[in-house]
Amino acid sequence: MTLNRIFKTIFLVEFIKGLLMAIKEMFKKSKTINYPFEKGPVSPRMRGEHALRRYPNGEERCIACKLCEAVCPAQAITIESAERSDGSRKTTRYDIDMLKCIYCGLCQESCPVEAIVQGPNFEFATETREELYYNKEKLLDNGDRWESVLAKNIKLDKPYR
Amino acid sequence: MIEYLNILGSEVYKILFLLLPILVSVAMVVWLDRRVWGLVQKRKGPNVVGPFGLLQTLADALKYIFKEIIIPASANKAVFILAPIVTMTLALVAWAVIPMSEKLVLSDINVGILYLFAVSSLGVYGIIMGGWASNSKYPFLGAIRSAAQMVSYEVSIGIIIINVLLCVGSLNLKDIVLAQKELWYVIPLFPMFVLFFISALAETNRPPFDLPEAEAELVAGYQTEYSGMMYAMFWLGEYANILLMCAMGSILFLGGWLPIIDIYPINLIPSPIWMILKILFLFFLFALIKAIVPRYRYDQLMRLGWKIFLPFSLIYLVLTASFLFYFDKLPKGNF
Repeated sequence: MTLNRIFKTIFLVEFIKGLLMAIKEMFKKSKTINYPFEKGPVSPRMRGEHALRRYPNGEERCIACKLCEAVCPAQAITIESAERSDGSRKTTRYDIDMLKCIYCGLCQESCPVEAIVQGPNFEFATETREELYYNKEKLLDNGDRWESVLAKNIKLDKPYR
Repeated sequence: MIEYLNILGSEVYKILFLLLPILVSVAMVVWLDRRVWGLVQKRKGPNVVGPFGLLQTLADALKYIFKEIIIPASANKAVFILAPIVTMTLALVAWAVIPMSEKLVLSDINVGILYLFAVSSLGVYGIIMGGWASNSKYPFLGAIRSAAQMVSYEVSIGIIIINVLLCVGSLNLKDIVLAQKELWYVIPLFPMFVLFFISALAETNRPPFDLPEAEAELVAGYQTEYSGMMYAMFWLGEYANILLMCAMGSILFLGGWLPIIDIYPINLIPSPIWMILKILFLFFLFALIKAIVPRYRYDQLMRLGWKIFLPFSLIYLVLTASFLFYFDKLPKGNF
C-alpha cells in the first residue's frame, strides 16, 4: 500500500494519467455552442417574451377578463376595457412592464382563451428602459409574428396541462 | 559620426528583428493558452476575432491601450509606474542570448546561461516593486509570496542547470546545444528535465503554483491595483517569461535547434523552425497543466521546493559528476 503510493508519487503516475486524459478530452466535441450563430434547443414550455394572440379570422382573443392582471405576482400587467359597438368586451389598454415581469407563466395559465402566452423568444434586450414597457400594439404584433410557433407549442404542451 | 550612426542603425534593426517576432508570438501564445484551456474543458475558447480567434489578443491589447491608467492616491508613483516597465523589459531583454539557429542569435556571449539566469532572477524586482508601490494589502501579500516562491525555485533551477553544464563544459548556449548533437540531455537527465519543468512552472507563477495571483485569496496579487496598459505590460512580461522558460528548457534538454534525428528529409527543415516547435511543445504542456491541476497550498509549495527538489537535484548532481568522472567523460574543453 505505502510502497505503491511512494511509487506513484515519485513517478507522477496520477499526474501523467491526468495529462493523458486532458489530451483525450481535447479532441472530443465541445459542449458549448457559438451562441449568436448557433442556438440551443428551446422547450415548447419556454416562458419567454409575451404575445397576445388572435383568432384565425383576425379577431383578438383577449376578452378583458383581467384574470392575468389579478394573478400576476409582480403586478406587471395593466388592463383597461370597454364595450365595443357589437356588444363584446375588449381591452382598450393592455400593458406589460417587461422589467417588472418575473416570467412565471401564471398569466398564460390563467387565461381562459389562450390569448396571452409566453413564446420561445428570449432575445428581446433593448438599449433603453422605455422600449421594454410593452403595450397592446406591441403584444399583438408579437402574436402575429410568432403565431405559427405559438400554436405549435400550445398544441405540444396540451396533453400535460 | 556617420559610421557610428550606421552601427547604431544596424543594431536597432537587429533588435527590432528579434523583438517584433517575440511580441507577436507572445500574442499568439496567449491565444494558444486560452484555446487549449478551453478545449480541455470542452469549451470553444476564443474563436471570433480573426481566423480561429488568433487576433483575440491583439483586440485585448487594443482595449487595454484605450483604458484609463489608474494610479492609487496612496501609491508610490515612480515605483508604481516603473514596476511593469521593469517586468516587461527584463522579460524581453533575456531573449538577446537565445540562439534560434547556429547563426541566428543577437549576442553570442560566453556566459549566456549565467546571463539568462541573472535576468530571470531580476524579474522578481518588477513584481516586488509593483506589490510594494501599490500600498495595498493584497498586492503586497501577493508580491511577498511571489518573491519567496521565485527565490526558492531559482535555487533548484540553478542546481539543475549545473547538471547540464557539467555534461557540456561551457556556459555558452550555442555550445550547450551543439553538445547535444548525439544525445539530447532529456534522455540521460530525464529526472532533471521533469524537475526543471516543474520549477519553471513555479518560476513563472503558473498553475499549480500561481499563488501570487490566487484570486480566491488575493484578488489578483501584485496586479490588483494595475489597469490599462500597465496591466497589459505585466501580462506581456509574464508570457514573455513563460516563453523564455520554454526556450531555456528546449536549449538545455531538448537540443535547441537540432532536428529530432539527423537524416535526410528531416534535417532539411530549417533550424529556427525546430526551435520554435520545441518551444511550442513545452508551452503546450504548460497550457495543458494549467487546465488540469488544482493550486498548491503555500506550505506545500515551499516544502516541495526546499525539501524535495533541492536535495533531489543535489543528489542527481553528485551522481552525474561521479558517473562522468568514473567513465572519464568529463568535458575537456578549451578553458
